[in-house]
This record gives sequence, structure tokens and C-alpha cells, in this order.
Amino acid sequence: MTSSFRTASGGRVDRDRPVNFTFDGKAYVGLHGDTLASALLANGVHLVGRSFKYHRPRGIVGSGADEPNALVGVRRDAARYTPNLLATQVELYDGLAAVSQNRYPSLEYDCMAVNDTLLGRFIPAGFYYKTFMWPKGAWDKLYEPRIRKAAGLGVAPTAPDPDVYTQRYAHADILVIGAGPAGIAAAQQAAASGARVILADDRPAMGGSLLAAADTTVDGEDARAWLRGSLAALAALSNVTMLPRTIAFGYYPHNWIGLAEKLTDHLPYPASGQPRERLWQVRARQVVIAAGSIERPLVFPDNDRPGIMLADAARTYLQEYGVMVGRKAVIVAAHDSAYRVAHELRAAGIEIAAIVDIRSPVPAAQSARDAGLRVLCDAKVEGTRGRLRVSAITITADGKRETLACDTVLMAGGFTPSVHLFSQSRGKLVWDEAIQAYLPGESGEAERSAGACRGRFALSEALADGAEAGRSAARDAGFSPMDLPIPSAQGARACGGGGHIGAVPTGADLSRAKAFVDWQNDVTARDIALAAREGFLSIEHVKRYTTTGMATDQGKLSNINALGIVSNVTGRSIPEIGLTTFRAPYTPVTFGTLAGKARGDLFDPMRVTAIHDWAAEHGAVFEDVGNWKRARYFPRHGEDMHAAVGRECLQVRNQVGIFDASTLGKIEVVGPDAAEFMNRFYVNAWLKLGVGRCRYGVLLREDGFVLDDGVVGRLAPDRFHVTTTTGGAARVLAMMEDYLQTEWSDLKVWLTSTTEQWSVIAVQGPKARAVLAPLVTGIDLSAEAFPHMSIADAQICGVPMRLMRVSFTGELGFEVNVPSGHGRMVWEAIWECGRSNGMLAYGTETMHVLRAEKGFIIIGQETDGTVTPDDAGLGWAIGKAKPDFVGKRSLARPAMIAPDRKQLVGLLTHDAATVLEEGAQITDPLDPRAAIGHVTSAYHSVALGRSIALALVRGGRARMGHTLHVPMPDGAITAEVVQPVFLDPEGARIHV
Amino acid sequence: MSDPTVASPFLGLSQTIRPLPHFSRAILRVGLKDVARASERLDLALPIAACTATGGSAMGALWLGPDEWLLIGEAGLGNGLDWMAGITEKLGDVVCSLVDVSHRQVALEISGERAEIVLAYGCALDLSITAFPVGMCTRTMYHKAEIVLWRKAPDRFHLEVWRSFARYVEALVRQAESEA
Repeated sequence: MTSSFRTASGGRVDRDRPVNFTFDGKAYVGLHGDTLASALLANGVHLVGRSFKYHRPRGIVGSGADEPNALVGVRRDAARYTPNLLATQVELYDGLAAVSQNRYPSLEYDCMAVNDTLLGRFIPAGFYYKTFMWPKGAWDKLYEPRIRKAAGLGVAPTAPDPDVYTQRYAHADILVIGAGPAGIAAAQQAAASGARVILADDRPAMGGSLLAAADTTVDGEDARAWLRGSLAALAALSNVTMLPRTIAFGYYPHNWIGLAEKLTDHLPYPASGQPRERLWQVRARQVVIAAGSIERPLVFPDNDRPGIMLADAARTYLQEYGVMVGRKAVIVAAHDSAYRVAHELRAAGIEIAAIVDIRSPVPAAQSARDAGLRVLCDAKVEGTRGRLRVSAITITADGKRETLACDTVLMAGGFTPSVHLFSQSRGKLVWDEAIQAYLPGESGEAERSAGACRGRFALSEALADGAEAGRSAARDAGFSPMDLPIPSAQGARACGGGGHIGAVPTGADLSRAKAFVDWQNDVTARDIALAAREGFLSIEHVKRYTTTGMATDQGKLSNINALGIVSNVTGRSIPEIGLTTFRAPYTPVTFGTLAGKARGDLFDPMRVTAIHDWAAEHGAVFEDVGNWKRARYFPRHGEDMHAAVGRECLQVRNQVGIFDASTLGKIEVVGPDAAEFMNRFYVNAWLKLGVGRCRYGVLLREDGFVLDDGVVGRLAPDRFHVTTTTGGAARVLAMMEDYLQTEWSDLKVWLTSTTEQWSVIAVQGPKARAVLAPLVTGIDLSAEAFPHMSIADAQICGVPMRLMRVSFTGELGFEVNVPSGHGRMVWEAIWECGRSNGMLAYGTETMHVLRAEKGFIIIGQETDGTVTPDDAGLGWAIGKAKPDFVGKRSLARPAMIAPDRKQLVGLLTHDAATVLEEGAQITDPLDPRAAIGHVTSAYHSVALGRSIALALVRGGRARMGHTLHVPMPDGAITAEVVQPVFLDPEGARIHV
Repeated sequence: MSDPTVASPFLGLSQTIRPLPHFSRAILRVGLKDVARASERLDLALPIAACTATGGSAMGALWLGPDEWLLIGEAGLGNGLDWMAGITEKLGDVVCSLVDVSHRQVALEISGERAEIVLAYGCALDLSITAFPVGMCTRTMYHKAEIVLWRKAPDRFHLEVWRSFARYVEALVRQAESEA
């Protein structure tokens, strides 16, 4: 069945391929090559939505990215529901199911239309600001939720997006944005020079206005045939990449352009796993913007009824899709293009009731009259009629008021150059008085605009301008342009000139009528005039007060008319009023496209150690530490964390435990000045540290606060093995390199990150030596030969080992460093050997408890960027005799040595079973007005049979034995201040 | 031959992506005035031009910075200790830093006519043969992971990545391969 508004022939739709689709559940038939909009129009459907604020019935206005009304939802399944798509951009496919939005219960009968008929005059500009200010607090709870529910456009899908999105970086010598006549001419010239060219266009078919060019020739050939030939020739070139369905949405610094390519939305059955969209990030040497222009609507009373649309859109529907937008049209003209539309529509069989030109007679008017068309000049537009479709328009011309019956009203207000991307590129816009438009002025990037987007509207002008842009872009990109001839165009009817900005002349009272400026946000001429009268002079303020241009279309149709109205009301010129800023994206881009692969497990790199898989196989629960996954604890038989950690702690204290410490940062510091460098960088004294010995190092920032810590071993006079915290590794290396390059370039010393060279297997507990001894060769592990804080290179299981005798648990401990490719093998060997010694694997949570029992700090837990070494009880580490080290000078400032600084102490709750909350504030019961500190760590200690806590407390070391309060919602918890070492303060367990 | 005792974090092999065997590797850092001496001792011209690599039959040297080179030895030289000792001995009294990073990183080979596209999926650099010719190398990013990329032939890249990032990078290059 062919639909009744389809012409017998013509257009680029495939008449042999009917396509079934539904709109609001009703079945229709369109043709392959249709958009949803053209298919609906072919079925005589104009009514497609309700407006945002007044819920007025709305129809299709445009034919492309500028469409303000025809926002629809397209549903594939529960997770694949996309709201707010433009029907003018949705390609028809078999089975497409689209629904209208913002109506209840149906498009034809919408309850909220009461906003329009009854309440409309009570909703002026700035209504929300004026009305919902009182009572205080009601905005969040009452007004905003209701307004949002009433006004929402579209519904978000309910399930996670199941589609995949892909991405690619690309580099072009010349990126041409827009494949209309100017863009194609530019691409031809650029490609001929041998440059790498990318040609991107948002529509499925390239060609722009050429696709609708009737009775026109280019280089003597029918324009559409020339287009086909030109595109085929470009596609055949190996240095040209053609990207249809690809919108250039953002122009970023240094010619970095974001393109969104649609891959599957037009397919009825996308292959499983086939990416839906591709994000292109293109770095271009030169850019040619050939973005074309957008037709301006006309602002007159009730200009928003379904059936009232842009004149050139009607011509596009006819020439590209063979669709007649109605049977009987009135064309309101402010631009000569109206006459071209009239001739072409009439030739297709549409009755033209009249051309209503608001201007004085123009030459095109006379030739139209000669051709038998009715033309009225110097006309005023008084209003329109029709509920769900326009049925008549009332005009006044020659002093005579007349109502013209029609089913379509076409608006030819002239063309606004699309300067969005140019403006995004920080180019300066210049008002052109002659063509009454903002045009690209001085460029801020290696960019040039060509064609209609810089006011070259006529086809021959656009082709010549594009060709010149292509040549100059090639030249500026370092290529020699060929002398390719410039295509010349001839047409039966020119586009012509003219245009109007602001409200159309009318006898109606615009302070009462609804003459829409912004269809999508329901802003009328009255609203804008009111804003101007209320003193909003800057267009930026008018925009925000009235919300004109703030909908998803970003004012593509409305901005210039709003400027015209403000200009008219305030008596200032348009350049004086200015222009609002254009921001990316040009059209909405899906979150999926922007996120690309950064979703789920690939959101961020998940760093895993060589022992990770073993831990996973043994039931570890992992935690994130920076980008690392670390085993937190190893529950058995459904244990919770508390039980597992208690068991692990006890086993390490009584027997032996194995722990993956591979994530610790490691830096090898090498060179004749290595010791001097360490001496200047860390607070400790390093010059006299013997080879084979380790020392606990503390690193400050220049402001004197603790930044990082770790054990450092001296491997040779000129070689140190430095460890850092897991999260601090990159920061410390960068800071070291910074100092070496900027402050101490005199030192002969170099840094190499060895974090990932080594797997670090900590073996801790009374039986640690017994476990390791059978596996190692080339080293004597006895306390005498290899005491606490020793480091040596030897072998384990036949592979090289760097062994450190260190303890973060308070027990006899070793850290076995082996090349990480052998990490798991060695781990498993130690595991096998350890099992007969009662060994278990423990995780970071147990490690935290064990070190807290010993009062060892954790950077970022006991420190927060405001803690000095002395605050943390680490004053002993400072090399007192050193002339300088990073942060030394700051430590001498009065505030840094004040006696009431927060100092690290232990806390024992009076109720041994109560575990304090980390981060809880601490007060002095004698003076409870302000907090005097906070809890930094708190655990249940199985070894001590009670809870323990570390805390930073003001003047804490002078408060030993005092009772402090930790206020909680259920009342204060009392705790006694104690030394921060709870277990084995003499260190007897380590030195065995 | 790869050293069978050195574990690889990679999952497998496909048309475009091949995990490479274990290599001995070292980071050599040496001041500009000593580079010539170091080159002479090593019998290998350390490249001075930024982002270039020299690949001898026994060892490749990749320029990573004005005083930093990644040395990559022949595949499968066991634990690399002998290799390191050999280089240390050759360098003798040249003032420099030589650090074993054989296990710090692992390598993938991306090859075939789609190699460039697979890499362009996550690497922002211009990888066309004119901008990134054979013998060029650089430290760069693949998505959010740091890599070293070295073009060994027009359609063959050597990609080095730190071990803990290996699976992240591998998962992404495989997705790129399936979608490119």
C-alpha cells in the first residue's frame, strides 16, 4: 500500500522496499530510505508530540538536526529505549517502534494542556523564579519534584545499556565537516593534493542540499548525478575516509574534533556484539567547516500548530523522499527561497493557496504571479486556527484582513549560518549587516569555514567557496594543491536573498498571543519582550531568565529571532546585544559513546599481582587499593571478615603467615651520589647506612608534612632499594625525578621503577625462618648472620631472590623479592613448605590489625597531609645533624612545634568489647565544646582480647592516662589515652 | 624459545595479537656526555634521536628519554642474571645506572594489516607509516595504561606493558581486534 501523501515518483527512497513501523502503537508503512519523520508525513501524520510547558499539540517543523518538536522515543527492548530522538534523524527500519513523549494519556487528549488554555497567562517568563520562592525548603521537597514530573521530556531506560560502543583515534591532514556542496568541493581539492582527508556528515546520505536539488546542473550534469559521481570518486581514493552518519559534535583545542558515528541504529537486526556507535577523536592539521545553514522560522501568533513548518524542509521532503507535506499550503515569506519552494511544491501537485510575503514586492514575487501563483506583499500575520492540525491562517495585506483555509503553513524566514562549531573553536563571530547574520570572523584554530555556514548560500557560490577552502587547507597542511577546476552550477531557480529576524509584523497583541520563538522550551515573543522590559539587557541573561535556546536543540532555530525581539524592544542593534555561547555537543551524544570501553571491569585498569590468581583460587576477598586488587582476607567455611581476620591474626602471632606485598612501590636509586640524594630527600640519615642494611625512611613534602614512608635497603655503596606505599609509588618517583631535574641536577644518580620487577612475598611469624630456610641458597638466615633490617641477594627455588628481613607485624619476618615472572612459583613452593608449619595466607585487613597492635602507622590513615613526623611519633627518624632535607625548614616554623599539635596516641575503650569508629571525633569531657582529635584506626585485637585504637589527639602525649570521650549517636564512649604500642613494646618478638 | 618457568599473564593468541616470549630487559640511564663511551663498550649504538630504536641481532636499544634507554635482549635467556652481568662488565667504569627490569614488563606483538587500527583504538598517536616509521618507539598510553610501542616492520608493532596492566591491555586489544 502506498501512502496517500507520497508522490508517484522521485526522491531517493526505494519504492520497491516498503518498511513496516509503528508510532504510538499504530502500524504504518514507509519506504526504505525514509526517516521516521518523512514516513509519518507520507502517512499524513504531522502531530508527533506535546510541547514542554504548555503541552500544546506539536508537529514536525524541520527535516534535520534543527528539529525542535518531533522528539520521540524508540524502543528495541527494555534496556534499549532511547528517548528524545529526533524523528527527522531516525532512519526507518522494519519493525521500528517509536512513541511520542510528554503526553498523558494520549497525544490527542493531553490532560496537562490545561497549562495552555487556562493557566498559560499565569506562567510568564521567570515564572518559577517568581512563584516558587516560598516557603523556604519547599522547592526541594514539593515544587521541584512536581515540576519535573509535569515537564519531563522523555523517559530514561530502566535497565543498563547492553550495547557496546567503540572508539578510534584518527589523524587527518584535512578534516572536512559536512558533505554538502561546499564540503564535497573542499574534499575533492584537498584529496587531489595527496593529503589524508576525512569527510564526515551527520546524515546517512552525503550531499546536503544537493540531495534536494531539482532542475539544477553542476558542470552541465544533473546535480544529483554529479553528486553520485563525485562521492563515488572520493570513496575510491585511498587517502580519503568517508564517514556518513557521523556528527562532528565538539571542537576541542588544537584541532581535536569529536565525531560520533552511528553504526547500527538504522538496522532492524544488528549483529550481536556489533558496536552501536563509534567515537572518533580526530586530530587534524587543518579543518574545513562546511556545516551549512539552518532555516529560520517566523514568529507570529500561534505559529506552532501541527502542519506549520519550515518551507525548505517541505521542499526537502518532496525532493528527497517524494513526500507531500499537505494538500494545500500557505507560504509565509521573508526570503526569496519561498518562491522556489512554491514552484516546486506546485509542480508536485500541492495547491499553493497564497504566498504571503511580509516584504515589499520583490522580483521573485512578480515572476511567481506571472506563473499564476497568488502573492500578497507587505503582509501581516494575525494568527492561525486548527486544534491538532492547522486549518487556516489569518493575514492582513493591502489593508484587507483575510483568512486562508489550508492544511499546511510554510515559513521562509531566511537562513542562519551554522556557526556552532566555529564558535566552539574559539573563533570570533562578526555580524554581517548585509545578510543579517553572524558569520565566522577571525579563526582561533587551523580552520576555515566554507559555504552556507559563512553566508555563501547560492549553490555556485558554495561550490567555489568550498573548492577554495579545500585548496588553502591543503596548502596550509603542507601539500601542493592540484589545479582541479571549480565546479559550476546552474539552476532554474536561485535560492535568492532576504530574511527576517524577530517577530513578524502583526496587528495582534503580542503581549497576549502565543507567538513562539523557542518551540522546544515553549518560549514566546511575549516572554522575551517581558524579560527585556524587566531589565534583562544581556542576551545571556535573557536566555537564562526565559530559557530560550536552553533546550536540547540549543536554540538552533530560536536564538537569532530572540535577538531580534530584544533588539526591537530595547532599541539596540543586534551586535550590541551580543550572542550566547555555543557549547559542545552540537547535538546530543549518548553516554555510551563518550564512555566507550571505560565500563565495568575495564572502567579503569585493574592491576593484579603475579599471585592474584592463586589468591582468587583460595577464596580471597579482594579490596581496591589505588588501581590494585589486593587480597583483604581469606574466609573459610562461610566465615565473616571479623572471624577470618581474628583467625589469621592469631595464626601469624603463634605460627606463621604468608602475605602478598607485591604492590608496594619499589624504586632503585643508582649512581655515585645515591646516598647523598637519599640524604637530601628523606628525613633520615643515609650516608652511614651499611651495605646490606635497611632503614625505615620517612618522606616529607616541602611543607613539612609526612607524604610517604617505606623501608630502604642499601645494596651497594651506589645502589639503594627504596620501597614506598602501594598508593604512593608513582607520586614518590615523580617527586624524586622532579627534584633531580630541577633542584639537584648536580647529582649523578638515576631512578628506575622496579615495583613490577619483583613479586614480594612476606613470610611473618615465629616460624618464618623455619619455613624459608629449606628453600633458600646462598644465605644464612640465622639471627646473627642476617639480623632484623638486613637485605641481601641470594636464591630461592633456583631463581634470584632479594631478601629483606623486615617486619610490619611485630613478628620475625622476611620479605622475599623474586622476579615477578617467578612470583607464583615461589609463592606456591613456600606455601607447600609452610603448611607443615601451620602457615596460612593472610590479607591486608589482618596486616592492618597486626601493625596497629604494634603502633605502626599507615600513610593516609594515621596521616592526612597535616601530620609532621613528630606528630606521628616518628621524630626519632629525623637525621638531626643533616644540613637539609625536603621539608626541614618547615619543621622549624612555630606552629609545627607547638605543644598542642595533634599527636599519635593509643586509645583503650573502657568497655573492652567496644570497637571505636574510624574517623570518630574525640572530645575532652572537661571541656567538651570542640573536638580535640579523631580516631585514625580501630580494630578488635584477638591477641590482646580487646579493642584497640590509634588516634590523633591535641597535645595527646601529655594526656596519658586521661579519659576522653568519643561522642556517638547513642551517647559518648569513654576511652583512656595510652601509648600507641599495644603489644611487645620492647620488640622482643622481632629480634629472634 | 621462551623460558618455561617465567609465567605469562596473557591469555592467548589470535590473528593480530601474539604474546611474545620472555625477554631479558634493563633500563640504562647514562648522562649525555657518557653515551658515546657506553655505546662503544656495549658495541651497540644507543640512539640519540628522540623516539628511535636500534635493533641489533643480540640486543635492541629503545630511546625513552634524553638519558634513558630500554635494552631488550634476545628472547629466552633464562633469569637474565648472566645477561645483566655481561652488560655490567662491558660498561665497566662508565658512570651510569643499569637496572634489571626483565620481569617488570611483558610484550605483545600486534601484526597484520589491521595492526594500526587495533592500536588506534586506544592510542592517540598518529601511527601512519610516515608519522611513525619503522624503528620508531615511544612511551605512550593505550587507553589508561602506559605502554612502550616500537614499530619493527610496516605491519608489525612490539608493545611493552607493565605486568600488572597486561590483562587490561590485552582485553582491550582483543576487543579492538574483534570490532576493528
